[in-house]
Amino acid sequence: MIPSFSGTLFEQFKDRDRVLRVAEQLHKEVNGKLVKDGVGRSYSLMEFCGGHTHAVFRYGLNSLLPAGVKMVHGPGCPVCVLPQGKIDAIIKVAERESDLIICTYADLLRIPAAGGKSLLKQKAAGADIRMVYSPLDAVKVAANAPDRPVMFVAIGFETTAPATAVAISEASRLGLKNFFVYCLHLLTPPAVQKVLQAPAETVAVDGWIGPGHVCSVIGVAPLRIFAETHGRPVVISGFAPLDLMQSILMLVQMINRGRLKEISNQYSRAVLENGNQVALAAMSRVFQTRPFFEWRGFGLIANSGLRIRDEFSAYDAETCLAIEDVSVGDHPACQCAAIIRGQRKPDDCKLFRRACRPEHPVGPCMVSSEGACAAYFQFINAERFARGFAADEVKA
Amino acid sequence: MPAEIVQLVDANEVVVTVGGIRKTVSSALIENPSVGEFVLIHVGLCLAKIDREEAERTLALFSELASDGENA
Repeated sequence: MIPSFSGTLFEQFKDRDRVLRVAEQLHKEVNGKLVKDGVGRSYSLMEFCGGHTHAVFRYGLNSLLPAGVKMVHGPGCPVCVLPQGKIDAIIKVAERESDLIICTYADLLRIPAAGGKSLLKQKAAGADIRMVYSPLDAVKVAANAPDRPVMFVAIGFETTAPATAVAISEASRLGLKNFFVYCLHLLTPPAVQKVLQAPAETVAVDGWIGPGHVCSVIGVAPLRIFAETHGRPVVISGFAPLDLMQSILMLVQMINRGRLKEISNQYSRAVLENGNQVALAAMSRVFQTRPFFEWRGFGLIANSGLRIRDEFSAYDAETCLAIEDVSVGDHPACQCAAIIRGQRKPDDCKLFRRACRPEHPVGPCMVSSEGACAAYFQFINAERFARGFAADEVKA
Repeated sequence: MPAEIVQLVDANEVVVTVGGIRKTVSSALIENPSVGEFVLIHVGLCLAKIDREEAERTLALFSELASDGENA
């Protein structure tokens, strides 16, 4: 028996005993329903956010769930949903502009592009491509290299978009003439809408876990309409194991009690009803929505992407560096599109663990730190191992 | 993990510690940061403040769930 862990306030969200006690409660909740109805009911719960997908497997939570509770992995992985054409376009600019410095987040570097290329391979071949931790670091790169153009490739949902907005404002304040942003930011609510509109026979989701970090920016309010309209409850969750286990239990309780049009906020320590107004204001000052944006797995989704407002067009790489937006198909055998939609699991893909591995990925879901395939590859053996002893601890 | 603000640098920067590591981050996206507050850090910026009382309430919520599921 591992001794009980007592740490600081926030560390208690990782406390093993607390997680196991909630898991036990979850088993009772599910089994209680079984007895009443006389038939087994299953719960398909989608975690929208790739960060949640990884947390479920990293902490072995999957192994603690009752057999009837299935986690469906959603599209909340910004690198995964970016169509290959965008990477091809970045590589084209890198090949054309020899003095260009490209700054981007690490996740993007190894995404496979046309002709077996990737940004990492372009870097090895001599392109000046730099991994940055923050868009503000890219602004510093531009300030320190005033005679060279610097392009920041801005990806992510509402968690990174405000940071990009701050970076553009900072570049404007500094009067930089060599800082450009390729804006590929995405909005969560239109993607949620798309997932929930899918026919039940393709993706059966009884309830879903709302993305806690996105909601710390946008708040609870924008997601409430989806619970009300589609009759599938939502629990906005934090990312520690206790957060997720609580959120799953809350969802199952809401389903069992017929509270299908409700939304609950488990992550109340970081998520306010109306979100972070400073961050939302920073975003709307710099960005406006695009009429359509292409997502891998979904195609065009209306009002789902952000572009830079005309007032800041001097920082828009799309026009200043003449980026050509092309649309190309995926690798024919790659199942990333169906995995992103929640229709397939990574191990349904013929390439998984064979042709497609972290060292030579075929699709983006194997690359990203939020991708479902990467989560399965890294954690699934550990998870199966954990099932052996965890089953003894949770007495349903 | 939440980061703790340990120093105010200027109007737009704070020093935080997270997991024993000190880091200077932007506070441009939060209002009135103060030393001792906890924040969520994402790509080098404070994205949101983290409320200790709400954290305690959430930890307590579990015991309510354990005793009476109807209170969830």
